[in-house]
Amino acid sequence: MNAEGLAELSDLFVVAAVLLYLFSMVGFAMELAFGRTRLDQESAAAKVPVAVGAATVVDAPVDEAAETPAAGGPVWSVRAGMVGLGLAWLGWAANLGAIVTRGVAVERWPWGNMYEFVVGICFAAVTAFLVTQFRRNVRFLGAFVMVTAALGLGLAVKTLYTSAGPVVPALDSYWIAIHVTAAILASGMFILAGVAGILNLIRKEGPSRLPSKAELEKVANRAIVLAFPLWTFAVIAGALWADRAWGRYWGWDPKEVWSFITWVGYAAYLHANVTAGWRGRRATIVQLVAFACLLFNLFGVNIFISGLHSYSGL
Amino acid sequence: MSVDELEKERAPRPAGIGLVGWLRWGWRTLTSMKTALILLFLFALASVPGSLLPQRGVEPGKVATLYQESPALAEWYDRFQLFDVFTSVWFAAIYLLLFTSLIGCVLPRTATYVRELRRKPPAAPRNLARLPQSASFPGELTVDQAARRLRKLRFRVETGDGWVSAEKGYLRETGNLLFHISLLGLLIAVGFGSLYGYRGNVLVSEGDGFANTVAAYDRFIPGQQVSAESLEPFSFELTDFMATYQVEGDKRGQEVDYSAFLKVNDSPTAPVRDYELKVNEPLEVNGTQTYLLGHGYAPVFKVTDGKGQVAFEGPVPCLIEDKPSLTSGCVVKVPDARPSQLGFLLRFLPTSARASDGSGFGSAFPGALQPEVQVLGAFSGDFGVRSGKPQSVYELAPPEVMKKLTPLVMGTAVPEPLAVGESLDLPGDAGKLEFVAVKEWMTLQVAYDPGRVPALVAAALATVSIALSLMIRRRRVWVRVKDGTVEVGGLTRTEGSAAGFAEEFEDIVKALQAAGDKDER
Ligand code: HEM
Repeated sequence: MNAEGLAELSDLFVVAAVLLYLFSMVGFAMELAFGRTRLDQESAAAKVPVAVGAATVVDAPVDEAAETPAAGGPVWSVRAGMVGLGLAWLGWAANLGAIVTRGVAVERWPWGNMYEFVVGICFAAVTAFLVTQFRRNVRFLGAFVMVTAALGLGLAVKTLYTSAGPVVPALDSYWIAIHVTAAILASGMFILAGVAGILNLIRKEGPSRLPSKAELEKVANRAIVLAFPLWTFAVIAGALWADRAWGRYWGWDPKEVWSFITWVGYAAYLHANVTAGWRGRRATIVQLVAFACLLFNLFGVNIFISGLHSYSGL
Repeated sequence: MSVDELEKERAPRPAGIGLVGWLRWGWRTLTSMKTALILLFLFALASVPGSLLPQRGVEPGKVATLYQESPALAEWYDRFQLFDVFTSVWFAAIYLLLFTSLIGCVLPRTATYVRELRRKPPAAPRNLARLPQSASFPGELTVDQAARRLRKLRFRVETGDGWVSAEKGYLRETGNLLFHISLLGLLIAVGFGSLYGYRGNVLVSEGDGFANTVAAYDRFIPGQQVSAESLEPFSFELTDFMATYQVEGDKRGQEVDYSAFLKVNDSPTAPVRDYELKVNEPLEVNGTQTYLLGHGYAPVFKVTDGKGQVAFEGPVPCLIEDKPSLTSGCVVKVPDARPSQLGFLLRFLPTSARASDGSGFGSAFPGALQPEVQVLGAFSGDFGVRSGKPQSVYELAPPEVMKKLTPLVMGTAVPEPLAVGESLDLPGDAGKLEFVAVKEWMTLQVAYDPGRVPALVAAALATVSIALSLMIRRRRVWVRVKDGTVEVGGLTRTEGSAAGFAEEFEDIVKALQAAGDKDER
C-alpha cells in the first residue's frame, strides 16, 4: 500500500475508534445505570482489620462482590459492562491502528502536530484505563473514559486535523520519540486520574451507583503516582531537546512555563495527599487544578500563545 | 518527611524575647517545609504573566507594539517588570527565598536522617492487636525463624525476648532528601550557568565568515562573570547553504530540511574541518555550541552611481515578510553614491509568478526557482547614515528623513521585476541597480553554558529520587510468639498508603505462616 492509501486508512481507523468508543460507552453506561447501587464504604472499609484466619481466602478477587449484582440489579447489567469492555478493546485496537498506519505513511514518529498528538493522548488514556482494569475492577470509570476519548478524537478530527506529511526540520530528531512519547503517556494517565477526580467531586456521600470516594481516590492516586515521574521525565527530556535545538535548556517559553506549572500542581497534589486535613476532597480539587493546567498547556498554549512550540500545525 | 511530621515541630511564636527570638522564629518559619511548598507555588504562579505577556528578552517587537497601542497600560506593566518577568526583582526574590528555605530545610534533616539510619527498629509495643494492621494464628514459630523470614523479605530486623521487630522502606527518606538536594543542585547549576555563560546571535550570509569575538555579534548577552577574552576563539566560513522543500501535495512549500556547510577552525592554529550544521545538530567547540536558528535570502546587488562608479556591491540580507513563500523585503542604502546618496526598497520573490488576476507579482514557492526582485521605490538625498544616530539596516530611513528624500521610482511607475543579471536604470541618469545573484543567509545562536551538564545531572537525580520517595513506603512489622500463638502487627509510617500496606501485610503474614515448614529442611 502506498503512503496515501495508508494515510487514508489511518483516518478511517480514527473514525472507527470514535464509533467503537461510543458504543463501548453505552455498554458501560448501562451497567452503571442498571447495576446495583453501592454504599459509600469509605470509613467502613478502611478500618476493618484484615482478619487473617488459618487459611482465609486471601486470593479472592477484590471485586468479587461487584460481579454479582445485588438485589435490584439485573444480571445483564454486568454483561453490558463486559460487552462495553470488549468494545473498548476493539476501539483501542483501531486507535492503535490509526497511529501505526499514520506513522508508516509519513515515515516518522506520528507525534508531529496537534492532531497526531491528541490521537496519541486518547490512545494513552484508554490504555491506562484498560491496564488498570487488569489490576482492579474500574468498569465504573469506563463510560467516562470512553466519552472523553471519543470527544478527544472527535475534536482531533474536526478541528485539529492535519493531513499526513513531513514535519518541519526542527522536529526531525530522535528526541521526538523520547520527549513526546513520555508526555503522551503521562497525559493519558493524568486523564484517567482527572476523570476519577471529577467523579469523586460529583459523587455525593452515601449510596450511589458509583464506587466509594475512597475507591475513586485510590484510582486517581495510583495513576498520578505513576504519571508524575513520567511527566518529570518528559519535561527534562524536553529541556535536553531544547538544549540541542534552541541553544538553551530552559528559557521560560510558554510551553515550558506551563509544563512547570503543571508539574508543581501535581506535586502539590502529592503533598496534599499526605497532609492531614487536605486528603480527600481538597486533594482532589488540587489534582483537578493541576489537570486544568495540563489541558491549558495542551490547548491554550498551542492555540492562543505563540512560542517556540508553535509548530503544532494549526 | 511528610508534612504531618513537620507540623509538629512548627516554631512556637515568640513571646517577648526580643530581636533574637524573632529572628529565630523567622528562620524556623522560612525553613519549614510548608513555607518551601508555598514558595514553590508562588514561583509557579509568578511565571504565569511571563507566559501571557510578551517578554522583552524574547519578543521586543511585541512589547514595542503594546507600548504604541496602549501606552498607559504598558507603562503599568513595566512598572511591575511584567515585560521582564524572569529577570525581575520579585521573581528573583521568590527563588532566592525558596533557595534559602530549601537549604534550611534539607541540611538539618539530613543530619537527623543519618542518625536515624543507624538506629535499630524499635521494640514491639505491648498490644499488637491495637495496631492498624494485626493478625494472629496458631503455630510453632520461633523468634529466629520469624526473624529469618522477615530478613528474606528484606526487612531490617531486631529480636528480643519472644518478639521480633522489623522495619523497611528506608529508601523513601533517602529519595526524599536526595530530591530536595538535587533541586538545590539544579538551582545552583542554573545560577552558575547564567553567571559564567553567554549567548549571542549573528546573521551570516553565504561566502561570509564568523569569528567568535564580542564585536562579531549582532546581539550579545553575557553573564556577569564573562569577559571578552573568555570567548572560545573559533571561527568558520559559510560556504554553502541548502534548503529543501516539499514539492507536492497540500504541504507544498513546507520546509523539509536545511543544512549549512561550514569550514571550521576550532582555534586560530587548528586545521580546517568541514561541518554540516543542521537544526538539532549544533556545532560544538570546547563546550561552546553554535545553533542554526533560521534562514532567508540575501540577493546580491551592484549599484552604479550617477558618476558611473560602482558604489556598492554585495549580498543584502532581506527580512522575511511571508514565511510560507519566503517573500522578503530588502533595503539597500548606498551612502557612497555620488553626486547624491541612493537608497532602494526592494521585494525579493524566490519563485516569482504573476497573480492570476494580473494585479501584480508574488512568490509561489519558498525555493529559489525563479528568483526576481521588485523595485518598490528608489530615492536619492541624504539618508542620515553619517549623522551618528543608530539606524536599522532593515529600514531605509526614519519617517522624518524619508520626507526630505527625492523619490526616483515610486508608486504606479513600479517596473516589472528584475531577474538575475537584469538591471534598472534610474531616471535622470542618477545611476543603475543590478541584480547580480542570489545567496542565502542563516541566523545562528552561539551559546556557552557551563551549568548545563550539572543541571542535567541534578534534574536526572531529582527524577529518580522523587520516584523512589513516591513508590516506597516506610513500614514496621512486629511478631510476638507465645504459647503456640503467633501475633503479628504492622503499621506504615507513610501517610496515605494504608490501603496498599494492608495488602502487603497479608502477604507478610502468609510468608510467616506458609513458609513455616520449608526452612525446617
Ligand atoms: C524545556 C523544554 C521543553 C519543555 C518543558 C517541553 C514541554 C512539553 C510538554 C509538556 C509537552 C506536552 C504536550 C502539551 O501539553 O502540549 C510537549 C509536547 C511537545 N514538544 Fe516539547 N518541551 C520542550 C522542548 C521541546 C523541543 C526542543 C521540541 C522540538 C523542537 C519539542 C517538541 C514537542 C512536540 C512536537 C510536542 C508534541 C506535539 C505538540 O504539542 O504539538 N519540545 N512539550
